[in-house]
Amino acid sequence: MNKFLSGNEAIARGAYEYGVHFAIAYPGTPSTEILENIAKYKKINSEWSINEKVAYESAWGASLAGARVLVAMKHVGLNVAADPFVTSIYTGVNGGFVLVVADDPGMWSSQNEQDDRNYAKFAKVPMLEPSDSQETKNFVGEALRISEEFDIPVLLRISTRISHSKGIVEVGERKEFSIKGYEKNTKKYTMLPANARARRLDLKIRLERLKKFSEKFEYNRLEWGERDIGIITAGISYQYAKEAFPEASFLKISMTYPLPEDKIREFASKVKKLIVVEELDPFMEEQIKAMGIQVEGKNLISEIGELSAEKVRESLNGITKLEVKSEKTKEVEIPKRPPILCAGCPHRAISYVLNRLKVVISGDIGCYTLGALPPLNAMDTCLCMGASISAASGLSKIATNKKVVGVIGDSTFIHSGITGLIDCVYNKRDVTLCILDNHITAMTGHQVNPGTGLTLKGEQTNILDIKALCQAIGVPHIKVVDALDIKKIREVVKEELDFKDVSVIIVRGNCIVYEKKYINPPFKVIPEKCNECGACFNLGCPAIEKHNGKAVINEVLCVGCGLCLQVCKFNAFTK
Amino acid sequence: MDILFIGVGGQGILFASELVARAAMINGLNVKKSDIHGMAQRGGSVISGLRFGQKVYSPTIDKADVICSLELIEALRVINYLKPNGKIFVNNQRIIPMTAFIGNVPYPDDPFQMIKKISNNATLLNALDIAKELSNPRIVNVVMVGAVSTALDFPEKVWQEAIESIGKFVEINKKAFAAGQKLCES
Repeated sequence: MNKFLSGNEAIARGAYEYGVHFAIAYPGTPSTEILENIAKYKKINSEWSINEKVAYESAWGASLAGARVLVAMKHVGLNVAADPFVTSIYTGVNGGFVLVVADDPGMWSSQNEQDDRNYAKFAKVPMLEPSDSQETKNFVGEALRISEEFDIPVLLRISTRISHSKGIVEVGERKEFSIKGYEKNTKKYTMLPANARARRLDLKIRLERLKKFSEKFEYNRLEWGERDIGIITAGISYQYAKEAFPEASFLKISMTYPLPEDKIREFASKVKKLIVVEELDPFMEEQIKAMGIQVEGKNLISEIGELSAEKVRESLNGITKLEVKSEKTKEVEIPKRPPILCAGCPHRAISYVLNRLKVVISGDIGCYTLGALPPLNAMDTCLCMGASISAASGLSKIATNKKVVGVIGDSTFIHSGITGLIDCVYNKRDVTLCILDNHITAMTGHQVNPGTGLTLKGEQTNILDIKALCQAIGVPHIKVVDALDIKKIREVVKEELDFKDVSVIIVRGNCIVYEKKYINPPFKVIPEKCNECGACFNLGCPAIEKHNGKAVINEVLCVGCGLCLQVCKFNAFTK
Repeated sequence: MDILFIGVGGQGILFASELVARAAMINGLNVKKSDIHGMAQRGGSVISGLRFGQKVYSPTIDKADVICSLELIEALRVINYLKPNGKIFVNNQRIIPMTAFIGNVPYPDDPFQMIKKISNNATLLNALDIAKELSNPRIVNVVMVGAVSTALDFPEKVWQEAIESIGKFVEINKKAFAAGQKLCES
C-alpha cells in the first residue's frame, strides 16, 4: 500500500515496521514530528525526554537491555548529547541502535546551520543519508540491521527538506524482533581507561569492516548517463542535482561514512569531470580529495544555506557561486509578516516590562525569543538552550554596573537551565532570573513536559514543581507572579533587581493556544476615548490594529487577556 | 506541474496543498510536497510547494506554474516565482500584519492592482464571501482549491475521490470546491 508521508512520518513508519521497541527524543524543529508520529504506534514504547543527552543515554541503556531503539534530535541537540554519543561508539550496542539527527540548512528554525555529518567522522560512526521519504523509511531498517551486525550505533542524518517534504511511500507490516535481554559485560560497557583502550582498537576493526560493507551496500548506487560530468552526491542534494543534470552520470551515495572508496575510484576513472554536489560543508569532497582523486565541489557551490535544483544548475554552469540567497528584488514593497507572540501570550507582559526597565536581558530558546523583535525588544542575547541563566551569571559577575536579568521558559529550564541556576546560587550571583512557566513546550508545537503532568502517550504522570525545585537548590528569593498582571510583574521585578543575590521570579500563565479554556470574549475600543497615543501598540499584540491612527481590536484574534486595558491611560479599552 | 500555495498561519494552506496532492496521486502521478510551517501558529506566512508529474526529483519549487494565495499581499510576496505564462489565483482577503501598524511600510491600498501589473494571468476571487455563504469561513481554502482545479486537467471524479478520501466534512468541502470552480468559469 502507498501512503503520502513526510520524512518524519516515514521514520516513524520505519520504526514501526522494523520492530523498534523503544523511541525517545527531546522536541526540536525539524525533528519533532518523528516522536509525535511514533507515539501513534501502540507497539512502540515512546517518550519525551528532558534533553537530548538524557534521551541518548536512556536509549543506550535500552539497547544494552536488548531492545531495538531509536533516538531523535535536531542538529544542535547532538551537541548536547555529544558526550554519551562519542563514547557509545566504543561500547557498541546490544539491540539495534539508530540515532536520527535532523540538520537545518538555511536555519529555518535554528540558531546555526552546523553540518552534523562531521560528527560521523569525528565519532567514527556509520552514517546513512536518505534522499526522500521512501528511502528514509527503508534506512531505519538498514540502520538497525547495520547496528546489530557491526555492534555500533548508526547515525541516520536527515535535513529540514527531508523531514518536512512529503512523498509516496510503500508501507508494509511490522516485523517483530525479540528483546535480547541484558547480559553483564563490564569490559564492553564500562569505559574505564583499560577497557576503553581495548574498545578503541575494536572500533578500528569494526570501521574497517564497515568500509568493506559500504563498497557493496546496495544503496550506494551508480547511475550511468553521459560521461562528460560525473556527479557524486547524497541526501536531498541528489534530488537537486538529478533535476538540474538528468543526463549526467551519478554516484548516489547513501552511506556517507565510511565512504565506498573503491566505488568512488571506479566512478572517477570513467568520467571526464568529477563534481561533488553536497549541501553545507565539503564533507565528502575533502575525504575524496584525501584519496588523491581530483574533484570539484565547493569551488562552485556555496557552503552556506540550502541548495535547490536552480542553485545547483547555476553553480555548475559557472554562472555564479550563489551565496545566501537574498530576498529577490521586489518590484513593490510590502510589509513583512514575521512570527510574533500570539494574542494573549503569557510571555508578552514580562517582555513589555523588562524592555522598559533598560536592564541587560540574557535570553533563551522558546516562544519568548520572539520578544526580541520590535516593539518588545526584550532580549540582549540568545545563544543556545539553557544559556540564559549561565550567561546572565557571567555577565553579572563582570558587568557590575548593569542589572542583569535571565529569561527562560519552563521546558528550557528543565532541559539545561537547572545546572546554571545551581551555579548562580553556589557562586552568589547578583542576578534576577525569570522562569516563564506556561506548562508546555510551545515553540515546537505544544509538546508535554515534566511540568505538564502528562507523558507523550497522554498518560498522567508526576508533576515537576519548579518553585519547590528552586527552594531545594537554595535560591534565596523566589517569587511567583501572574503572567497577565503588568503592574504586579513590574513591582516584583523592580524589587528583585535591588536584591543582591539570586532571585527567581516564576511568571506563571498558560499557553493560550494550547489551553483554549483560558480564552475570554474579545475586548472593544471606545473610539472617542482613544487619543491615538500609541501606547497599546508597544505591546506588539496582533489583535490591536491601527485604523486612521486609532486602535481597533481584531475580534477574531483577541482572546481578552486584558493587557491593553492595563497599558491604556485613557480607559479606551473595554470588555 | 509546480503549484505554490501561500497564506497566513491558520488559513488552511497545508490542507489545500494536501487535497491537490491527493488528487494528483489518485490520477496516478508522482507527487512531492514541501512545507514551510515552523511559525504557522504565530501569524507568520505559510508556504507549501506541490510538484507532480511522471517523475519528480526535487521537493522544492524554483518557478511555479500556478500560485494560489489565500491572502492579498502574500501573493505579492511570491509573485516573482511565477513562470512567465503561469496563473495566479488570489483570495480577496486582507490580513494586515502588525508590522504595517508599527513599521514604515503600510499595507498597500490595492494589492491586486499591483499583482495585475506583474501578471496578466491573475484571477481575484471572493472566496471568503463564498465560504461565509456556505456558513463556514474556514473552508475558504477548499473554495480556492476549486479555483485551482480549473488550471489542471484532472477528471472531475478524481477531485471527488480526493475530497472523499479526507473522510471528514465531505459534503461541505464538495460544495466549497464546486463553488470555487464556478467562480472561475463565470
